[in-house]
Amino acid sequence: MIELKNVAMVYGEQTLFRDVALSLPAGSFHFLTGPSGAGKTTLLKLCSLEHSASSGDVALLGQSVADYNRDQIARLRRRIGVVHQESRFVDHLSVGENVMLPVAVTGGSAAAEGDLADLLSWVGLGAMVDRLPSELSGGERQRMALARAIILSPEIILADEPTGNVDWEMSLKLLDLLIELNRLGKTILCATHDLNLIRQAKSRVSSRVLRIKDGAVSLAGAGL
Amino acid sequence: MSRFKDLIFGDPTATRIVPPSGFTAALTLASAAAMAFLAVFAIALNLATGELANRWEAELAGTATVRVPPSGDIEARAEAVLVALSQTPGVVTARRVDDEEQLMLLAPWFGEGIPLDKLRLPVLIEVEETADGPDEVGLSARLDAEAPGTVYDDHSRWRLPLAEAAQRLRQLGAFALFLIGSVTAVTISLAASSALSANGQIIDVLRIVGAKDRWIASAFIRRFTVRAFVGAAIGTVAAMIAVALLPDGVEIGVLSGLGFQRSEWLWPLLVPFGAAGLAFAATWVAAARRLKEDG
Repeated sequence: MIELKNVAMVYGEQTLFRDVALSLPAGSFHFLTGPSGAGKTTLLKLCSLEHSASSGDVALLGQSVADYNRDQIARLRRRIGVVHQESRFVDHLSVGENVMLPVAVTGGSAAAEGDLADLLSWVGLGAMVDRLPSELSGGERQRMALARAIILSPEIILADEPTGNVDWEMSLKLLDLLIELNRLGKTILCATHDLNLIRQAKSRVSSRVLRIKDGAVSLAGAGL
Repeated sequence: MSRFKDLIFGDPTATRIVPPSGFTAALTLASAAAMAFLAVFAIALNLATGELANRWEAELAGTATVRVPPSGDIEARAEAVLVALSQTPGVVTARRVDDEEQLMLLAPWFGEGIPLDKLRLPVLIEVEETADGPDEVGLSARLDAEAPGTVYDDHSRWRLPLAEAAQRLRQLGAFALFLIGSVTAVTISLAASSALSANGQIIDVLRIVGAKDRWIASAFIRRFTVRAFVGAAIGTVAAMIAVALLPDGVEIGVLSGLGFQRSEWLWPLLVPFGAAGLAFAATWVAAARRLKEDG
């Protein structure tokens, strides 16, 4: 599902990581942790095709993306849902329109519009469909980002510090949503430095933890 | 073709993605309105100069003036010239300019009531020619034989410089239209580039959710095309009102009757469509370049 072979990421003189090899099977739930600046966000952006690897091969959904053109990348992104720590939106569009953006860029469908109400209710934003993003709290914005990420029912969901700006209660709600999506068969890769959140998840879902440190990625032990 | 249709009539959500207001929106609207206003006047100038050239051509072509010099028995010589003219193929009519007309011709220089019988003036004969006209060389030779010193003037001395001047004015009008179009395209292209830069965050969002470059570009293209059309329509209507309010017979230098007649009023209506076409092309180029640079 997500496969990295000998991937390196170099910025100028600085090597962020090298020889990274990962293989995350379909339907798995992985956390990615490590100190700030270790490269968690960069690794996720490699998987969401926002960055290109300096060397090595990235394969998503069974296809190597090395030779993909811009249109092919755009098409593949529709099968990957992304939630950033501070997800960005189109500020003058309503919550509903923002969540429907992935549908709009693919040509839209009435069926998907019918799903919008259900989806917003599921993430707890059912009453906020006509609000503007600026009228939402941090937690509500993250749930809106999650709704936008999954509206096209992608196979992979990448979450980069999704609970970074919300309180513990909201963090647990977001975790609940990710766990539920994993139970529906989605492959989850969630970057976080919140060990409490990881412990909460491990008690409820079969998940593994990847640690990125000093330019290398390794599977964390059971100590977490 | 379907791609082109998608760009113009595609998803309305795409159009809403680009913020509806802001500096670039105002710039596009205002510049399109101003340029359309100028374009309408350039079209009016173009049409007026074209009409002027045609009128001058029509008035001076097909006529000639014969001048019989005042020597000897001028009446007999004039009569001989008239007879010769009446027998010449290519001459429709030949008519002697009478005293009253001669007085009118001389009045600007000598005032009213000149005693024509005391002045040694040439006899003037107005000739109407057929479309092909007479053989001027042969006719001049024959007239000179009938009355030495007689001059056959086909007005080309006057006609050509006037026609050339009108033609130059017409070219100037066309060049003005070209300049207006170029400035409009450059302004809209700059506004579109500026909008693309200012909305980098929106473009990032669209890319994350899987939008292709063509879809993103189409959002900006439609927004700017519509803005340019609306701005140009406002400018065109304002200019048409201004032209309609010009007093009848207003004279601007050598021009008279700057404005539109009957079906000519349809020409300015093309200006908003032209502005929209320019905006479409300019935004397309700007968006394609910008999105490629962003990677």
